[in-house]
Amino acid sequence: MTATLVGPPAAAPAPPARHRAVSVATLAVVGVLALWLLARVLLAGRFTLALDTAGLTPLHRDLNDARDWVDAHRNTNAFFVYFLNYVQLGVEAVGDLVTGLIARSDTGLGIPRIGWLGLVAVGTWIAAAVGGLRVAVLTLAVLLAISLQGLWEPATDTLSLVVSATFFALLVGLPLGVWAGTSDRVHRIVTPVLDVMQILPSFAYLAPLVLVFAIGPASAIVATVVYAAPPVIRITAHGLRQVPPTTREAADSLGATGGQRLRTVLVPMARRTIVMGINQTVMAALSMVTIAALIGAPGLGLTVAQALQKLDVGTAFNAGLAIVLLAICFDRVTTAAGVRAETALRSGRNRRRIRRIALAAGFVAAAVAVQLSRTMLWAAQVPDGLPSIGPSISRGVDTVTSWVQEHFSVITLELKDWFSAAVLNPLESLLTGSPFFMVGLVLVVIAFVAGGWRTAVTALAAVAAMVGLGVWGDAMVTLAATLVATVLVMLVSIPTGVWMGRSRTADRILRPVLDAGQTMPAFVYLVPFLGLFGPSRFTAIVAAIVYAAPAAIKIVADGITRVPAATVEAATANGSTPWQLITTVQLPMSRSAIALAANQGLIYVLSMVVVGALVGAGALGYDVIAGLNQQERFGKGLAAGLTLVVLGILIDRTTQAAARRTRTTATTH
Amino acid sequence: MRITKTPVLTALAAGLLLAGCGGATVNNGASTSAPPVSSGTGGGGGDAAAACAPFTLAMNDWVGYTADAAVLTYVAETELGCTVTQTALKEEIAWQGFGNGQVDVIIENWGHPDLVAKYIDEQKVAQNAGPTGNIGTIGWYVPPWMAQKYPDITDWNNLNTYAELFKTSESGEKGQLLDGDPSFVTNDEALVTNLGLNYKVVYAGSEAALITAFDNAEKNKTPMLGYFYAPQWFLSEVPLVKVDLPPYTEGCDADPEKVACDYPEYTLDKIVSTTFANSGSPAADLVKNFTWTNDDQNLVAKYITADKMSPEDAAKTWVEANPDKVAAWLE
Repeated sequence: MTATLVGPPAAAPAPPARHRAVSVATLAVVGVLALWLLARVLLAGRFTLALDTAGLTPLHRDLNDARDWVDAHRNTNAFFVYFLNYVQLGVEAVGDLVTGLIARSDTGLGIPRIGWLGLVAVGTWIAAAVGGLRVAVLTLAVLLAISLQGLWEPATDTLSLVVSATFFALLVGLPLGVWAGTSDRVHRIVTPVLDVMQILPSFAYLAPLVLVFAIGPASAIVATVVYAAPPVIRITAHGLRQVPPTTREAADSLGATGGQRLRTVLVPMARRTIVMGINQTVMAALSMVTIAALIGAPGLGLTVAQALQKLDVGTAFNAGLAIVLLAICFDRVTTAAGVRAETALRSGRNRRRIRRIALAAGFVAAAVAVQLSRTMLWAAQVPDGLPSIGPSISRGVDTVTSWVQEHFSVITLELKDWFSAAVLNPLESLLTGSPFFMVGLVLVVIAFVAGGWRTAVTALAAVAAMVGLGVWGDAMVTLAATLVATVLVMLVSIPTGVWMGRSRTADRILRPVLDAGQTMPAFVYLVPFLGLFGPSRFTAIVAAIVYAAPAAIKIVADGITRVPAATVEAATANGSTPWQLITTVQLPMSRSAIALAANQGLIYVLSMVVVGALVGAGALGYDVIAGLNQQERFGKGLAAGLTLVVLGILIDRTTQAAARRTRTTATTH
Repeated sequence: MRITKTPVLTALAAGLLLAGCGGATVNNGASTSAPPVSSGTGGGGGDAAAACAPFTLAMNDWVGYTADAAVLTYVAETELGCTVTQTALKEEIAWQGFGNGQVDVIIENWGHPDLVAKYIDEQKVAQNAGPTGNIGTIGWYVPPWMAQKYPDITDWNNLNTYAELFKTSESGEKGQLLDGDPSFVTNDEALVTNLGLNYKVVYAGSEAALITAFDNAEKNKTPMLGYFYAPQWFLSEVPLVKVDLPPYTEGCDADPEKVACDYPEYTLDKIVSTTFANSGSPAADLVKNFTWTNDDQNLVAKYITADKMSPEDAAKTWVEANPDKVAAWLE
């Protein structure tokens, strides 16, 4: 490829009409902000809808009454007796089956039907069959590492929860995804429902779920399914919609019926995307295990949660590491399966035959291992002779964290105080101290500027809902912290993402670290952060950054990598310095990726609001946790959870509209 | 196109693999309804083993509870040959489990009059199985160094003069009173208002956050006032000092919005499901007879936290050192 000498495309001048619209928008925003400050001064502290942490509104009391009604009618009401109780029994049956198969049975020594050796062999064989040799070796290594960590038993519990939940998520999600991918109407109905499912903090539906499905495997599995099903539905629908219309028409012209078209054209062409959807669902299920521990699900998540109670960072980290290893393993296996779905069609006949013979041999070996693990005690349990690395990992982490705390806590506490006083408090008091209708007006105007009338109407409805739900004051505290955290996430992820996008080495080193940051349960790093910053809103913000930045960084890096090489070469040939190259070519051309990163960063930060309340964030997150734990606060907790959803949808719609605008104004060449 | 069916074939093959292989296994068959064999090592409970039905013990998440539960489980498994399933649950959720047979025993209950009214008096699915012997105290505490330096701080009347000390980034112009886990009983917001204190309640949100804060306050000699309670293992590491609020009188906390007095002393008790209480299992008698002192519980809790023992080992250590107490439970 010869590089054509194109000058670096500066942001193309927008058409004049556009200019005028932008300046009107700017005027509107400035005007509203001025009005806001005026109202803030004149009406200081009035119409702020403040409510004490312990205070309740009539709506919250009504929700409490509704809950008591459900509690009393669980075994008499027809809807329960003929529907919900069957769902519970069915889910429980599958959960118990999987648990008895691989984690522990209710017979004899409590050893599962397939013991240690069998499960390791079967797991490795499945990885080889769907992903290939490399991921099979990885799977084997991960399973052995977990055995060495001394966490085999909780890991099998976690595995059975993930397997059961993934089964149900796919059972419901795949057909729904196909349906939404082939019917526009279904797609329109399903999308907002999925938005709610993904933004609703899992803590918020734990309490209602336990109310409906009682404590036990059913509640844990359903909670995980609610969180894990949306990705597969969304991505499957997206994959089917991406099949070019010409291909569909070709199939139609050959006289294919709807079903045939789906089977022979649409699904095969979208196969890789669908497998990616399954991948996302498995990862989401795995990230729910610590939350599920709060309603009694055994496993690694429970080990983490209990270690947190004893401030035992080392033990929590050891179990968290096992979760990360499992996540990396699942991720690589499903990704490899997606790639294979494409390459298998193209590989030669001979290679296919060799592969089949190897798989058959592996199958026999796995069958032997299973049989051994069912008949021999030495194969049923983790061998005693294995060295144990768990305690040394725990000790090492303990030493490091206490050293860091001793040497840094003075500085970090200063930082927390300075940041709270300089940034967080002014923003929070502006939002909480202003009249609610003024803040609402500002939100609506911003939405209008970003996305026109439709977005503005959505924003208006969202503001009305937040006022109605009765936790406006807490919502404003949470909004302030969320905005600050998102800005910080972007400040971290733009430079890091640019660095990763420009250097392959950096990418290779950082990516596993990012994977770990995304999958390590937040509970693990909460305690060290508490040591560094004390219980405060800032601590929660730092935790949210650790969780949200990896996703944003990956999106930015992806955007930088996708800038056409020819353009970069041309700019370099024209004598741009690296700094000029970044600021005038790479960043402007990946503007829409950066907007998307901001949007995703916000959603991730919002999903940490409730966890943040465990370390002092208070506000909506605290209401949600208290609702899970105290009878009379159930209603308020539910209202706070819904408020979080409304807030999430409002922010999501506004930032998405803004992202679309940058895409239309940025002209890529 | 055959190769594209690989995942399906894989699933089928895996299914066959799992479904095959019957025969004699270490699991004594797949679905026998034989009575489960104890996982304990039967310390002389040969005959009782058959009579002791397995039961489920809710595990609330503070360490004192873990200590009680560990000792009860150890004795039930070794002496009576029972199988005990421990399920980790928050207080409120554990109570819900009495109704549907998911929970048989809560071994340390802190009052909860609302739950008692609902599940014991109204629904009759649970019963009180007597006190554990532990006396629970809730109140406001300061780290020991503060009580030494400012001796009069332990009288609530002087709290306003010290409010300045307790200012943090979270409490603005007021002093900070730190609260912990949302599931714990607290009247602190009402107390601050009704006693006219210049303080703001800040919610740390978890027991871990509260303990870390007290720990750092003592280590770095920084001021701190917070909600805490006994028995609690942390008190054996850092002996926090209680601040005296207006003394508790019967019924002074009846209206949660008008509370202006200290927390009552809680006689901690055991709650069991009605079916378990009437089952005639020797374990039900063991739960009824189980009592020990705050020192006992703090010791076992210290084994678990400070000495990093597993709950089982901690229970074993304590049981072997206190044979008379254990024998009294088993009569």
